[in-house]
Amino acid sequence: MDTGIGARVKRKEDHRFITGKGQYTDDINLKDQTYAYFVRSPHAHATIKSIKEPEWAPEDGVVAVFTGEHVAEDKIGGLICGWMIHSKDGSPMKAGPHPILAQGKARYVGDHVAVVIAETKEQAKAAAARVDVTYGVLPHVVDVAKATKSKAQIHDVAPDNTVFEWSLGDKAATEAAFQRAHHVTKLDLVNNRLIPNAMEPRAAIGSYDSGSDHYTLYTTSQNPHVARLVISAFHGLAPEHKLRVIAPDVGGGFGSKIFIYAEEVVCVWASKRIGGRPIKWTAERTESFLADAHGRDHVTHAELAMDKDGHILGLKCHTLASMGAYLSTFASCVPTYLYATLLSGQYAIPAIYAEVDAIYTNTAPVDAYRGAGRPEATYLVERIVETAAREMKIDPAEFRRRNFVTTFPHQTPVIMTYDAGDYDASLKKALEISDYKGFPARKAAAAKQGKLRGIGFANYIEACGIAPSAAVGSLGAGVGLWESAEVRVNPVGTIEVLTGSHSHGQGHETTFAQLVSDRLGVDINSVAIVHGDTDKVQFGMGTYGSRSGAVGMSAISKALDKVEAKARKIAAHVMEAAEGDIEFKNGSFSVKGTDKKMAFGEVALAAYVAHKFPTSEIEPGLKETAFYDPSNFTFPAGCHICEVEIDSETGVTEIVSWTAVDDFGTVINPMIVEGQVHGGITQGIGQALTEGCVYDSESGQLLTGSYMDYCMPRATDVPSFKLGFTETKCPSNPLGMKGCGEAGAIAAPAAVMNAMTDALGVKDLAMPASPHTVWKTLQATKMAAE
Amino acid sequence: MENFIYHRPTKPADAVKAMKDAADGKFLSGGMTLLPTMKQGLASPSDIIDLGGLGNSGVEVGADKVTVKAGTVHANVAIDKGVKKAIPALAALAGGIGDPHVRNRGTIGGSIANNDPAADYPAAVVGLNATVVTSARSVPGDKFFTDIFTTALKDDEIVTAVEFPVPKRAAYVKFPNPASRYAMVGVMVAELKDGSVRVAVTGAGPKVFRVPEMEKALEANFSADAIGGIKVKASGLNSDMHASPEYRAHLVTVLARRAVAAAK
Repeated sequence: MDTGIGARVKRKEDHRFITGKGQYTDDINLKDQTYAYFVRSPHAHATIKSIKEPEWAPEDGVVAVFTGEHVAEDKIGGLICGWMIHSKDGSPMKAGPHPILAQGKARYVGDHVAVVIAETKEQAKAAAARVDVTYGVLPHVVDVAKATKSKAQIHDVAPDNTVFEWSLGDKAATEAAFQRAHHVTKLDLVNNRLIPNAMEPRAAIGSYDSGSDHYTLYTTSQNPHVARLVISAFHGLAPEHKLRVIAPDVGGGFGSKIFIYAEEVVCVWASKRIGGRPIKWTAERTESFLADAHGRDHVTHAELAMDKDGHILGLKCHTLASMGAYLSTFASCVPTYLYATLLSGQYAIPAIYAEVDAIYTNTAPVDAYRGAGRPEATYLVERIVETAAREMKIDPAEFRRRNFVTTFPHQTPVIMTYDAGDYDASLKKALEISDYKGFPARKAAAAKQGKLRGIGFANYIEACGIAPSAAVGSLGAGVGLWESAEVRVNPVGTIEVLTGSHSHGQGHETTFAQLVSDRLGVDINSVAIVHGDTDKVQFGMGTYGSRSGAVGMSAISKALDKVEAKARKIAAHVMEAAEGDIEFKNGSFSVKGTDKKMAFGEVALAAYVAHKFPTSEIEPGLKETAFYDPSNFTFPAGCHICEVEIDSETGVTEIVSWTAVDDFGTVINPMIVEGQVHGGITQGIGQALTEGCVYDSESGQLLTGSYMDYCMPRATDVPSFKLGFTETKCPSNPLGMKGCGEAGAIAAPAAVMNAMTDALGVKDLAMPASPHTVWKTLQATKMAAE
Repeated sequence: MENFIYHRPTKPADAVKAMKDAADGKFLSGGMTLLPTMKQGLASPSDIIDLGGLGNSGVEVGADKVTVKAGTVHANVAIDKGVKKAIPALAALAGGIGDPHVRNRGTIGGSIANNDPAADYPAAVVGLNATVVTSARSVPGDKFFTDIFTTALKDDEIVTAVEFPVPKRAAYVKFPNPASRYAMVGVMVAELKDGSVRVAVTGAGPKVFRVPEMEKALEANFSADAIGGIKVKASGLNSDMHASPEYRAHLVTVLARRAVAAAK
């Protein structure tokens, strides 16, 4: 059976997941474990006047109650935002304090005010309800468009609640382009706030061993090494060698488990305070809704300038981006360097100017969520391009084709250098698969059934594997964005790969093993992928931004190069041949022109026995490490075409057809990639049609605080997807990979909403386009016509 | 969840007595609403009287009447061959409640006694002119649902069965809330054997209600077109983030027409 690159290998990890043998943080229980429950603010914005504990009885089981005062006593630092953004005027972003337990003020409903630690989870929860917090309610604001003029002053350091006013691009050149324009299309867009909803809620177990003065934190993290670095360097809990962070099996994250959160830090800090007993916390689903970092929440005005033939001359936009009440770990880079840098889309746009104002509101912090900035960019570009084509009465496919980037490398006006791609190829293939020519007939047939049929495109481009480290450092990143790998060949030829990437559903244990199987010709079952433990893997940057293939596997590839090079040397000595005469194929080393050969495992054994080569020249053993820093981002791109039918009586939308043609470069496992595309599109459909986080503007309460009101997309909401692939290799990494984890979620909202506006014959429609919203639009259209 | 005293009586009289003796007792049937409410700390009864021990479950199908015992779970109504033949609309309604978990735990007695404004069964009870049989008496369906989450039941009275007259034809059409899948609007239309027509609406208002104007029009002409122009008033209908009163009012007409067209 082929288990190499390109094979549809079934996921090695799935057996343990589907038989309930996964080991998630909540599955782990430590000796003498206690339980934490957080007292959370019921107010959107309030001063904390006092926190009083009742007299606890022994049966209450309370071990301790901690507040922000205890945090201050121990000089535990606040949560940080790791990417510095400067405003247009050169001033640094206004980061307000974000203590792990509130100090003086609570700034959103669900803010962590105190923690109760008790013998059982039930006792902790019951006791938390009895902690008496006196609040002084302050004015609040939840709407990003109103926050700068609100009476609510969320952080002292940020007058008008403005974190930064940032810009990218050439303003004068863009204005000049608009002066020359034959036609200008204008669009106001809201990118609706989303709640991530990983299947596994966040959880942590913190423990302190006084014997060795050492802390251990089990946590639901996408990047345990970054967690250790931040907890060590910024919270100041312990030096790195005294802190172990373990992220065991992690049940989904979509970005929300990148960040360092208060609850996890509290568990590991407070363990020492209670004499070293471990403290476990597992979020209830309500807490996930309230206190996981949310996504999106942009309000944008955009304009696109065209010449008379529909060639784009320039694009400008002004975006208000809600940051929520605090700056989360990577919040500041999402609406800036992960957003505005993609505003050229697949198009050769000579001039672009983007202004982004990041704004505090009394809501949960907003940070990266599947796509992180690129869905917002794609939504803007693809909605306005589609609108421009309609306004200029040019077929939307033709309009796009006229403006495609066709030569590479291509320098956009917004930092990015596109390295490779063939946008016309994906468009052409998508038009074929979707039977674009047959659409008018399908629309007419639908009309006879009382259905409004529409078609919409999203020709997205995105950027994965954010890099190189020096470049992102110059843009304000607090970390480098390389990846590490260690390939340990055991004496009998089995292999352990230690990676700094972390799987939270992506199937790394399979795809990474496929690479090793392919390169070394070994059985995939003799390869184990090790990740998620700072005591095992030396350092790594984790999994987000669709980077684990392009960056994580490139690091493994580099380490495999070193393993192969050393194994060749050893094979040459053992077989008494010149190194240049050694050939390595299908897991076997042979001497050119002879019948001498050794299996990979035999060479591994020879490396450890070390009898037959000079150890003064070649060290015994076979273990290699590599750090890989990419030279550029990768640029996945593709064309998605969505067709919808709307029941004009009820406003119910059915997605009746979906074509996705993606260029991910080299594909390691098509089955897993297709799964990523299916999931990504479904999440994007969720944003377009069903999901929307709603805070009540009057009370500041989260109205969509459960699945009774927050509408996740279901299997019945999505069609059977028609997938196609085109392939241009990424030139900047050894495997030619680009990344596939977020593409669906990036492309889908624009495709759906372009189809919806086509069906309804309107310019704009708010997401989520629920039946109620669609019905109201139909009513308004009807009234306008009458 | 707070502690409570658990009772599992085997006779209705013992259940009633346990309730009378309790400080703040609650009857438990399927527990589909009560248990989550208790877990969230929104209800903390002193006593739980579990009606499961009564063994009062099952369906009897007669020539003119389908009797569903109060403890019958929705799944068993949905798959019952007799119900499917006699009142297919009732089987379909039961098969569309909640999800498989709910349908295999939730009971008809529990559902109507709770009288959630977005529950499906009230539309069947009123729309099919059913009679609710309790531990004390029989209550006509029209008189049973008195207000939001309130019924004609006294505190110590238990629903024992619901008797549905077999109609000439009927259908139930539901517009599920996109998130919760409860009925945002659900309409039961039934032409009874005496020729009278009932149109009962759940989900749209604080409790199930009938639409007399539609009933009259359908009695004259049982066709979707006969009620296309009849609108219910939006005022007084439920309003939430998922649907305005106006949208719900609009859906009542749309769904009623679809129910008429589907009635069998």
